[in-house]
Amino acid sequence: MTDSDFALWVYLSRTPLFWLTITLMAYVLADRISLATHRNPFANPVLHSIWMIGGLLLLTGTPYRTYFDGAQFVHFLLGPATVALALPLYENRSIVRRALLPMAVALVVGSLTAIISVLVIAKAVGLPTVVLISLAPKSVTAGVAMGISDSLGGDPGLTAVSCILTGIIGAVVASPLFNALGLKDRRARGFGMGLACHGIGTARAFQVHPLNGTFAGIAMGLNAFITAALVPLVLAWLLR
Amino acid sequence: MIVGLFLILVCQLVGEALARGTGLPVPGPVIGMGLLFVLLLLPEGRTPLARETREESVPGACRGLLAHLSLLFVPAGVGVVQRLDLLAAHGIGYAVTLIGSTLITLTVTALAFRFTARLIGSSDEETAP
Repeated sequence: MTDSDFALWVYLSRTPLFWLTITLMAYVLADRISLATHRNPFANPVLHSIWMIGGLLLLTGTPYRTYFDGAQFVHFLLGPATVALALPLYENRSIVRRALLPMAVALVVGSLTAIISVLVIAKAVGLPTVVLISLAPKSVTAGVAMGISDSLGGDPGLTAVSCILTGIIGAVVASPLFNALGLKDRRARGFGMGLACHGIGTARAFQVHPLNGTFAGIAMGLNAFITAALVPLVLAWLLR
Repeated sequence: MIVGLFLILVCQLVGEALARGTGLPVPGPVIGMGLLFVLLLLPEGRTPLARETREESVPGACRGLLAHLSLLFVPAGVGVVQRLDLLAAHGIGYAVTLIGSTLITLTVTALAFRFTARLIGSSDEETAP
């Protein structure tokens, strides 16, 4: 690299435009691969975009803050997109209305399972208490989970990372898992996705079918409520 | 499109205000989702607001936002790559915990849904292609 090339790189790598473009480029590439493999869960576009961009940041020694100056324009759309989930909910409202009882049961059972299973396994493998608290709300959307973790003495940073990893793990394993269980009901598959792995699971559910996505969106919203109420109770009970 | 986007942002803004104001542990956008759902349910044509919501503007903006939902998680996801130290510190036990709990939660939730649905004779057969 000559001096002028280097000066150009230093300039561009600090502008929001550069990292916004890289974000879209990585996603378009990952999404094309996902489409070419007929939405194979292992070709998850979130997973593959993340390591491509993350690797580039590490290689170029770019701090996350610089990257986020550009990527924030995409990140901002998460809020409006969550509001937009009202449309599929509206379009499928008669199907949703007929499934109120299964949703209520799956919500309570699923939310308790998410919290208890993570605490029991974490305790069994010998993770320290602060990690247990940070992991407890890992199935809800990162913003809410960080709040829960912080108020109970956990590490919000570790919680955010755990939420995102949970979302990606779920988005990759759910389709093969449900197929192995012989579970065909799109409502049940979607609801499980949204409850166990929040927005990233919901995005995957919409890739599969709009009905899966609708139920995933409902589960994600309701689970945020109930997990916030349940985590302190379950922690008090299991950590006695 | 612009009216649709405007109404979506209004719902989110009111949702954020309610979440903050009441101290509810729910994200503002989730409350906003509920508000937009109520707007969509307004009887057709009664008010200018209902007319606007029913016009193609709101559904169009929603579809646009939802078309690439996965993309919107990429910026936060890249943050994980920067916190690999956290993962390295907790190692294999942490990985086992996350994978194990996610598999169990997916299974139990979906089976609880199917069990209850079968009990009350509700199926998605008429809707699934």
